[in-house]
Amino acid sequence: MSERVFRVWRGSGEGELAEYRVEANEGEVVLDVLHRLQATQTPDLAVRWNCKAGKCGSCSVEINGRPKLSCMTRMSVFDEDETVTVTPMRTFPVIRDLVCDVSYNYQKAREIPSFTPDPEKSPGDFRMWQEDVQRQQEFRKCIECFLCNNVCHVIRDHEENKEHFSGPRYLMRVAELEMHPEDTADRRLIAQDEFGLGYCNITKCCTDVCPENIHITDNALIPLKERVADRKYDPLVWLGSKIGVRPKDTPPVPNVGSHSDRT
Amino acid sequence: MASTDSTQTGGGRAHIPRRTLRTDRWWVGPLLTTLGLATFVVYATLRVFQQDHYWVPEYHYLTPFYSPCVAQQCAPEAALFGRLPVEFPPLVPYALVSLPILLLFRLTCYYYRKAYYRSIWLSPPACAVREPHRAYTGETRPLMRLQNGHRYFFYAAALISLVNTWDMLIAFFHGTGGGFGVGLGNIIMLVNVVMLWTYTLSCHSCRHVFGGRLRSFGTHPVRYWMWSRISTLNNRHMLYAWLSLATLMITDAYIALIASGTIEDLRILN
Repeated sequence: MSERVFRVWRGSGEGELAEYRVEANEGEVVLDVLHRLQATQTPDLAVRWNCKAGKCGSCSVEINGRPKLSCMTRMSVFDEDETVTVTPMRTFPVIRDLVCDVSYNYQKAREIPSFTPDPEKSPGDFRMWQEDVQRQQEFRKCIECFLCNNVCHVIRDHEENKEHFSGPRYLMRVAELEMHPEDTADRRLIAQDEFGLGYCNITKCCTDVCPENIHITDNALIPLKERVADRKYDPLVWLGSKIGVRPKDTPPVPNVGSHSDRT
Repeated sequence: MASTDSTQTGGGRAHIPRRTLRTDRWWVGPLLTTLGLATFVVYATLRVFQQDHYWVPEYHYLTPFYSPCVAQQCAPEAALFGRLPVEFPPLVPYALVSLPILLLFRLTCYYYRKAYYRSIWLSPPACAVREPHRAYTGETRPLMRLQNGHRYFFYAAALISLVNTWDMLIAFFHGTGGGFGVGLGNIIMLVNVVMLWTYTLSCHSCRHVFGGRLRSFGTHPVRYWMWSRISTLNNRHMLYAWLSLATLMITDAYIALIASGTIEDLRILN
């Protein structure tokens, strides 16, 4: 057991960093030490957590400036004399201490048109090939810790973009539906125009911080950008669809913004 | 123990004045990237405007920076597609057809975009480090929409890679006194062409065109196979981007040194 110096954000958005000296044992993670702080020194410290196994996505914070799950950050990665600074995610409003209001993410999730199968098919008719299941499965690993949305500079450094940008988490959801073999809706236009794919400059921080190691940029965002290029910016694809060499566009999704022309 | 009023709740995002609380050397990556890109840009600029030391007639070595050579001043044997009937004025590259395409291919490449957005435009300089710009529009403005044309530059770059491949192959059949021969120059050109192809074929647009755009892989097994192979290459796209820059410079420098008479080609066979 050794004594470590922790600096922890206390209060609301106008709060400050408070310094504590706290014991840490071999094999512990940052969340264990935060719990010891609660138990021994500051019982009113607000920390959101749940599974302590890196699977619920609740304990997202920034540790020494890096977005991480506190339950998956071992104390052994820090030097013995290193001060550990724990702050809430910068992109979201602070409710108190290390707990953020992440409702922005739920709002963006609701805006995405859901799975839209062919109305002629009933659920028992669906047959998916293993290759197609595997492609989707990577995106389904997401635990919704929102570290990717937190680190994305589009909204982290420019809060005014929040209205027009859904963040990597939900652009990945759009990509997942776009790649679904049984989905019939066309989300390419709304991906660009309403969910803000054009704001993404593919600097890959979302991929860097993902605790599930999902290749968000390479397997979701860039493929989605290429699909948008097919739909909006490629004159040959447009010509091909007009003369019948390429398939006609699938219908746009119903009831979404200016693309609600499928009734 | 510190004494802090933690009863206060709400009040927006955490107001942390420091640009970042990261304690690691996050600036090393952007710095090295900038130095690497600057080295290539300076070297390539000097060489393409030099209009000299690009061709070794004895062994049929043509540097990739001058291929295909289309100026009136090009050596006839170096001009694979013939020469234009006009002399290029000073500072106009002899490979006027290919160089702009290759430049745009790399400028619009998804990896290089990440590299220069981070390292040069500082948007952001590193993850969780605040960028210096007041406003941000990403790739939504008309000029930035040119990035969506990456696939066309990929098609053109693949054709130019074919030309580079021809340049490399034909040099094997110009040994000392004619016939098959192998020199260090041949080996360097071969490695360069392999790197150019790995970079070109690992491109994200290539991955999309060959299979990524499909909704179902199961009904397109051949295209799924191609997509899988390209995906394997694509995992190392950044590595190939840098290696191909390095091999381009090394190939050009080696041929320039032989063409200028500074060194002799090391012959291995004939």
